[in-house]
Amino acid sequence: MATATRLFGSSIKRREDPRFITGKGTYVDDVKLPGMTYAVFVRSPHAHARIKSINTAKAKSAPGVVAVFTGQDVQTGPLPCAWLLPGIKIPPRPVLAQGKVRYVGEPVAIVIAESAYAARDAAELVDVQYEPLPAVVDCQKAHAKSASQLFDDVPENQSFDWSIGDKAKTDEAFKAAAVVVKQRLVNQRLITNAIEPRACAASYAPATGDLTLWVTSQNPHVARLLIAAFILGMPEHKLRVISPDVGGGFGSKIPVYNEEVAVSWVSKALGRPVKWTAERRESFMNDAHGRDHITEAEMAFDKAGKILGLRVTTHANLGAYLSTMGSLVPSYLYGPLLSGVYTIATVFCRVWGVLTNTSPTDALRGAGRPEAAYLMERMVDLGARSLDMDPAELRKKNFIPADKFPYQTPVAFVYDSGNYGLALEKALEMVGYKKLREEQEKARKSGQYLGIGLSTYIEASGPAPSQVAGALGAQAGLWESASVRVHPTGMVTVFTGSHSHGQGHETTFAQLVADDLGIPIEHVEIVHGDTGAIPFGMGTYGSRSAAVGGSAIYTSLQKIKEKGRKIAAHLLEAAEGDIVFEGGKFSVKGSPDRAKAWGEVALMAYLAHNLPQGMEPGLEVASFFDPPNFTFPYGAHIAVVEVDPETGSVKILRYVAVDDVGKVINPMIVDGMVHGGVTHGIGQALWEWGVYDDNGQLLTSTLMDYAMPKADQLPMYETDRTVTPSPVNPIGVKGAGETGTIASTAAVANAVLDALAPFGITHLDMPLTPARIWQAVKAAGKK
Amino acid sequence: MKIKVTINGVAYSHEVEPRLLLVHYIRDVVGLTGTHIGCDTSQCGACTVIYNGMAVKCCTLLAVQADGADILTIEGLAKDGQLHPIQEGFWEKHGLQCGYCTPGMILAAYQMLQRSPNPSEAEIRHNLEGNLCRCTGYHNIVKSIQYAAQKMAGR
Repeated sequence: MATATRLFGSSIKRREDPRFITGKGTYVDDVKLPGMTYAVFVRSPHAHARIKSINTAKAKSAPGVVAVFTGQDVQTGPLPCAWLLPGIKIPPRPVLAQGKVRYVGEPVAIVIAESAYAARDAAELVDVQYEPLPAVVDCQKAHAKSASQLFDDVPENQSFDWSIGDKAKTDEAFKAAAVVVKQRLVNQRLITNAIEPRACAASYAPATGDLTLWVTSQNPHVARLLIAAFILGMPEHKLRVISPDVGGGFGSKIPVYNEEVAVSWVSKALGRPVKWTAERRESFMNDAHGRDHITEAEMAFDKAGKILGLRVTTHANLGAYLSTMGSLVPSYLYGPLLSGVYTIATVFCRVWGVLTNTSPTDALRGAGRPEAAYLMERMVDLGARSLDMDPAELRKKNFIPADKFPYQTPVAFVYDSGNYGLALEKALEMVGYKKLREEQEKARKSGQYLGIGLSTYIEASGPAPSQVAGALGAQAGLWESASVRVHPTGMVTVFTGSHSHGQGHETTFAQLVADDLGIPIEHVEIVHGDTGAIPFGMGTYGSRSAAVGGSAIYTSLQKIKEKGRKIAAHLLEAAEGDIVFEGGKFSVKGSPDRAKAWGEVALMAYLAHNLPQGMEPGLEVASFFDPPNFTFPYGAHIAVVEVDPETGSVKILRYVAVDDVGKVINPMIVDGMVHGGVTHGIGQALWEWGVYDDNGQLLTSTLMDYAMPKADQLPMYETDRTVTPSPVNPIGVKGAGETGTIASTAAVANAVLDALAPFGITHLDMPLTPARIWQAVKAAGKK
Repeated sequence: MKIKVTINGVAYSHEVEPRLLLVHYIRDVVGLTGTHIGCDTSQCGACTVIYNGMAVKCCTLLAVQADGADILTIEGLAKDGQLHPIQEGFWEKHGLQCGYCTPGMILAAYQMLQRSPNPSEAEIRHNLEGNLCRCTGYHNIVKSIQYAAQKMAGR
């Protein structure tokens, strides 16, 4: 790679920021079109009910109302699930309810009016008569013959029964164990809450049959394919999906939802633009939720603390229907992570995917991997407690040694590279571990309860390769596209299939390009989020943008330079092999004065007055990069907390994060993602919880009831890195968007339970709220 | 009802429904879409504007209540193409990622620094309690505001 400017690796300020800090971003709700109408959805107030009748007459005659449609009108294909597991049952998920509703918030009718206020008024007038049915919300209770069934043809509400690993071998390993720790772990339901609520606007042009859909999506091409080909049944090329500035995704903007399909359908039916923007209440009810596992885990150790085996059974709550990636998250994004960073001879994991009368679940920052990391790191800590060993020492004893890569785990993955001990040593040093343990001991004697929690996590990011994904049930490839267009003046526009909704691609991708071509960053433009401009791309999730999307850009750049080299060689009358490209200049090896500037070569590519024989004019390349493997970021996080046993409150005193995300394009941006990710995971450990009552009513449906992390509950973070380049992509990067979340939940939970050790408390389920801690301390005191 | 409002130094006059929220007036009637809506219960702070000198979540006000008010939105903060030190701080210290909460954060900080030009980290965090961010973990928002405080004090 050209190294003249070395933008790769430097913390330059973000190029997208000027529009955001001046209020000039364009989010979907900012889109306003002539003749626009506004949509409001009528949603089910019941968790499970038969629809007896829907009367829309009053609503239709209300002032300003344009139309009202129900499930009877909107007859489309169901919302698809894009990952098929063996034997999976995928009951159809209608765009608007068909005869039955299965969760609170399920869309039943859509009201269109000249203003959003008029639509909201009229929605109140839609009269839906329901016959309530018994609801089931707990995924373990739902998985029983006696449980109320959501679908007649899905007995015991079981969508799938999936497993990975060797059961017989694992059972055998447990027989030889000196110590077995066993724990029931509830990984509670979370609700994503990107600060921008989901929104969409559709505009149909009857004259041409073109439909344009603006939607808050992390993957506009995938949305286009699913909506056009599978749901609406319209030509894919007649649907253009634009995802402009998107205010955070965190997984909740991956799936294709009812609303954007309904709004598209209505715009076609009426021939007018239609916009819908979620109220936060609606986000709570109909954005895909995350996590919600009930797990029985057992870990076997020998006398010296070596992990011999891990046995896991999990009930995963899928919600009322399978969301787009609903089946993938608790299966292949979870089970294969259950070797952690440890050499474990054998692992067996069985997962039941269960339907319940709750909002469908899908990816939520980390998606499956935080569930796995929490399980691994809790179990290792429980093992350390049982064996009376220091949790850092027990981890070191079990780390995969640095000279064992690539490493084949017993649960499918081959880890690319790593040095787990190094990351932990660094974190221990940063936090002053030994001294801290001494302070903890001293503090305990004076009735002060400090806790130190470790999490040495691994994650799999940049999902790949497509062929393997296909064999495992993916209905899509997992590559990424990048089209690089060099203009006649040498300026460059990159069209990337990745989508930025906070990641800063307009900066990092431009760094990559400017560095590689040796041109000023101002000469580089990154375009994303428009299927009308960009070759088919897979979008942004699973921390894949730099590793897969960035590598696609890099691949295109190499092809561009190759053509440039041929043109330069021709112009300089030199052999192609003698041309070197450096600092934005093609020159002849050994005689730097015989040179053609980047701009001259670009211009000649378009003038085409003097090109090598047979060469086509132009300088533009599209590449599709399909990596040979996932990348495997890892690291060591340490949380230090103080728990007040009198009130049960937890204060985070320090948080140290050492991550290895391979090479880093922009350290400032990576640090920012770590801060945000860590905060998200702390939220799960201490506060966040999506709660349904037994009747399936969502009790946490506003930001008053659902506790998001706030500024005054958090410390300044101490971050550092180790750098182990990934060998599976040409730029050596891994992924950084989710590491924080994957690591921090376990680190904080372990810290709180470490603080509570003097009370004999070994485990509490999350969120570790003051009420739960206080009750546990009181109960312990009574013993 | 007819209302007269000054926003970013420009006088506006409109006939509005009595129930129209101020945030909808600013976004949909006046067309200043830099003020965002993130919730419906006044928790998130994305819609924070400076209203007669006070940082206010404008989803909690009706447009008719704002008759005669002087309002500053994010679009009015930079003067003559010169970023306000708080905007500069957010850019310099990477105080934003997706940008959605940012206008509200910046305007909450604007009032904070007027009341307390040299706030401690704890004070900054306490004052941000009414503004939610899902991207940054607040770490760099705190640093952005510290940067702005220094800059505004001429340090």
